[in-house]
Amino acid sequence: MAPVLELRGITKRFPGVLANDHIDLTLEKGEIHALLGENGAGKTTLMNILYGLYQPDEGEIFVKGKKLTVHSPTDAINAGIGMVHQHFMLIPVFTVTENVMLGDEMTKAAGVLDREAAAQRVKQISEDFQLSVHPDAYISELPVGVQQRVEIIKLLYREADILILDEPTAVLTPQEADELFKIMRSLTDQGKSIIFITHKLREVLRAADRITVIRLGKVVGTTTPRKATENKLASMMVGRDVLLRVDKKAAKPGKVVLDVKDLKVTDDRKHLTVEGVSFDVHAGEIVGVAGVQGNGQTELVEALTGLRQPLSGKIQLLGKDITDAFPREITELGVAHIPEDRQRDGLVLSFPVADNLVLNSYYREPYTKGVIMQEQKINSSAKQIIRDFDVRTPSANTTVGSLSGGNQQKVIVARELSRPIKLVIASQPTRGLDVGSIEYIHKQLVARRDQGAAVLLVSSELDEIMQLSDRIAVMFRGNIVDILDARKVAKREVGLLMAGVVKGKQAARKSVRTKKRK
Amino acid sequence: MAKPPAKKAPERSEKRKDAFSIFLDEVSRAPITIPILAIITGLIIGGLIVALTTEEVYAAWSHSPIEAIQVGLRAAWSSYSALFTGAIGNPARIVDALKGGDALEIRRAFNPIFESLTKSIPYIFAGLAVALGFRAGLFNIGAEGQIFIGAITSVVVGFALTGLPAIIHIPLALLAGALGGALWGFIPGLLKAKTGGHEVINTIMMNYIAFRLSEYLLRGPLQRPDSFNPVSPFIQDSAKLLRFFGDPIRFNLGFFIALGVAWLVYWFLFKTKWGFDFRTVGANPNAAKYAGMNIVVVTIAAMSLSGALAGLAGANEVLGLNYNLALAFSSGYGFDSIALALLGKSHPLGVVLAALLFGTLRNGALQMQVSAGIPIDIISVMQAMILAFIAAPAIIRTIYRLRAPSAVEEEIRVRGWGG
Repeated sequence: MAPVLELRGITKRFPGVLANDHIDLTLEKGEIHALLGENGAGKTTLMNILYGLYQPDEGEIFVKGKKLTVHSPTDAINAGIGMVHQHFMLIPVFTVTENVMLGDEMTKAAGVLDREAAAQRVKQISEDFQLSVHPDAYISELPVGVQQRVEIIKLLYREADILILDEPTAVLTPQEADELFKIMRSLTDQGKSIIFITHKLREVLRAADRITVIRLGKVVGTTTPRKATENKLASMMVGRDVLLRVDKKAAKPGKVVLDVKDLKVTDDRKHLTVEGVSFDVHAGEIVGVAGVQGNGQTELVEALTGLRQPLSGKIQLLGKDITDAFPREITELGVAHIPEDRQRDGLVLSFPVADNLVLNSYYREPYTKGVIMQEQKINSSAKQIIRDFDVRTPSANTTVGSLSGGNQQKVIVARELSRPIKLVIASQPTRGLDVGSIEYIHKQLVARRDQGAAVLLVSSELDEIMQLSDRIAVMFRGNIVDILDARKVAKREVGLLMAGVVKGKQAARKSVRTKKRK
Repeated sequence: MAKPPAKKAPERSEKRKDAFSIFLDEVSRAPITIPILAIITGLIIGGLIVALTTEEVYAAWSHSPIEAIQVGLRAAWSSYSALFTGAIGNPARIVDALKGGDALEIRRAFNPIFESLTKSIPYIFAGLAVALGFRAGLFNIGAEGQIFIGAITSVVVGFALTGLPAIIHIPLALLAGALGGALWGFIPGLLKAKTGGHEVINTIMMNYIAFRLSEYLLRGPLQRPDSFNPVSPFIQDSAKLLRFFGDPIRFNLGFFIALGVAWLVYWFLFKTKWGFDFRTVGANPNAAKYAGMNIVVVTIAAMSLSGALAGLAGANEVLGLNYNLALAFSSGYGFDSIALALLGKSHPLGVVLAALLFGTLRNGALQMQVSAGIPIDIISVMQAMILAFIAAPAIIRTIYRLRAPSAVEEEIRVRGWGG
C-alpha cells in the first residue's frame, strides 16, 4: 500500500538561502513521524509548503499515491491535511463548538447555523479520540492543553487524516505534554497519521515511531527511537557533538543583589497578575523561576526592569530602592535584561546589528559625544562584540531582522553581557533556539554567575530550569508557591508545583481559580 | 526633473549564495526602484486619461481605430510637451533669448524652471515635516493647519516689527513661523503622549481650527485696514526673502533655506542621539521603552518639530512669495506632502527629490491648462496614481515582474521560526 503521504525532492530557495534541499519524507498510515531539526533547519518551511503557504521550487507531493498540488491551505485541507500551529487560532469568547465550526459552518435552512448538529459532532469526535473536551465550554476558560485539543478537534471535524503538529509541547507543562502524547497515540490507533515537529530530543524518543532529522535544509537521516539516543540525535541535528548537560560548578553565593518584597503587579487590563511575591537573588547564584507561561512571570520581569509600574511592594538592588526607577536607571545600575520576546522588546529589526548592539548605551560616551553619535566607534566596537560573542552576521551593518533567530538572540545576549553587570535577568532566553545556540547561551549565563553576577532565569522550559538553577522558585497564578534547592528536588515535583498541585493539597488549582473568578 | 540613479534588481542573482551576493541583493532591491517605476506608470496612465478625455479621439474612432490611436498619442504628446515647456522652459525660446541678449526676455525664457524650483519650496518643508513624523512613528495629517498657523505668526512678525535690519528681521519672521507650526504640532503631540488620543484624529481637528482661525483673523484683527478683501497687510521689506533675479523670476533664498533645513533634518535623524531616539520609537516603541527611551518626550518633540517644519512652509510662502496672507493661500501643500513623504520614503533626500517633482508638475500643469487645454486636475489624478502605486507596491511589482523584496520573505520565515 502506498504511504499516506510522500514528499519527493522538495526544494525551496529563498534569496540567499536554500531552505529545503531535495527533501524526501514518507509518512505511513497510523504513524507518528517526528521531524527533528534546529531552528532554521527548514522544518517550518517544509510544512508550510505541504500546507500550501509556499510553493516549492522543485519536488512533488503524493497523498495516498496520488500526486497533489497545493496552492493554498484550502487545497491541503481538502486533501485531508491539517495543521496545528504553535500559536493557536482560537477566538477566546466563542465556545468550543463555535470555534470548531468557524469557516466550515453547518447550516439549517436559510443559512441558520446548526449549532446542535455541530456540537453533537464535536462531542462525538471528543469521545472517539478520548479528548474530553466539552462542546459548550468557552475557550477563555480552558487551560492551554485543552485549547490545543480544540485545535485538534478542528482538524478532525474537517476530516483530516494527516495531522501536522508544529512544536505542540512548547506551551505545555510536562504533565500536559504527557497527556498530549497519549492523545496522539489514540489518534494513530484509529488510523490517523501525525507529523510531529519539534526540537526537543526527549519528546521525540518518547512519542515518535520514526524520526527524520533535518539540518540546513537537508535530510540527515531517518531513524527510530529504539536505535537512537539523545546524544546521537543531537549530533545529527547540529552536525557535531553537543554538550547536553550544562557543565557547572557548585554555586558560591555572595551578598544579596536583588531583594524583592511582597511585590504586587497588575497587567494591562489592571488584573492582579503578581499577587505579592518575595524572594532574593544572591551574587554568584542562578535563581530559576519555573512556571507555565502566563502565571505572572512576564509582569514580574517587567516590574523588575522598570518597564511596568508595580502596584505595591519593594524592589531593592544592592540595597538601593528601584521600585519606581526608570528602565534606564536600572540599566545603568548594572542590570542586564534579556527580554522574553526578543523581536518585540529586545531588537529593532529594521536597524543594523551595530545599532542594536548599542540600543541601551548609545547615548553615552564613547558612542555619543555631545549629541553626535560616533558611527566609527559604534561600528568598531560592534565588530569586536560580534567576534567575541560569535554572532553569525554578514556584517555589522546587516539588519538584525535578516538574521536567524539564534543569532538575533546572540545579538541581545552580546549587548547585555558585554558591559559590567551585577544582575542578569534572563526571560525565556533560549525559547525557539537551536541546540547549539542554547548550549552557548547557557554557558554564558553560568560564566556570568561564576564571575559573581546574580542571575534570575525565568523559563517555561523545565529542563532548562533544572539544569541551570541553583535555587528554583515556582510560580503559579501570580504566586511563588515554593522556593527549592535545585540539588535536592526532583523534576517531577517541580512539574507538579507548576501545575498548581501543592503537596497534600490536590485541590489547590481549583480553589485558586474560583478565587480569580470572583 | 532630477532623477536619482536607479538600480534595477538583477533578477537571477539569488542563485549565488555568499554573503556578498545577499548584500548586493539588498542594494539592488533599493527603495528607489519602486518610486521611479510608480512615477513612470503614473505618467503613462495620465497620458491615457488625456487621450480618453479628448473628444477628437472619439471622432477619429469612427474612421479607424488606428487613426484614433494616433490622435490619442498626439493629444498625450502635446499635453506632456506643454507640461515640459511649462515646467522647464521652451528650448527654442531660451536659445532665441540668449541670442537676442535682452535681459527681460532671457529671464522670461528661464522663468519656468525657476518657478518650478520656487513651487517646490513649500513641498520640501511640508514633506520634511511629514517625513520626520513618519520616522518617529507618527502620522502628522496636520501639516496643512500648521502651514496656516506658521504663515500667520510669520506674517505678523513680518509686518508688525519695523526698523529691523533684514539680517535680524528675516530669521525672526522664520522663527515665528516655525514656532507657530510647532505649537500646532505640540498640542496633538501632547494629547497623544499623555492621553493616547490618536494624532491622526487630533491633527485633522487642529486643521479645522487653523482654517477657521485664519479666516477670523483675516476678516478681523489682521485685515489690512484699506482693503475690503480678507488679506493681511504686506510685510516690511526687511522681512522679504532675497530674490536672486529680477521680475518675473520669483526664485528666492527660501529654496536654499529649504535645502539647508533638509540637510539639518537628515543630520538630526541619522547623526544625533535624539534622532536615534526618534527612529527607534518609530521603528519599535517596545524596544525603545526597553532601551530606556522616554516615549512621551519623543512623541511630543517629534510632533512639535514636525509642526515647526510645516510652519516654515507657511512662513516661506509669506516671506518669499506673497508678502502678505490671503485666505486659502496654501492650496493643499500640507496634504500633498503626505504623498510626497511616502514617495520620498521618509528620507530627507527622497523628500527633496519628490518635492522637486511635485513642484515641477504643479508648475507645468498651469501651462498645460493654458496651452493644451488639459485641466490642471489631471496632475492631481497623476499624483494620486503615483501615491497609490507607492502605497501598494505589489501593483508595480506585478506590472514590471519585480520580485518581492527579500526582507518580506525573511520576515515570514523569521515568524515561522520564532518559538
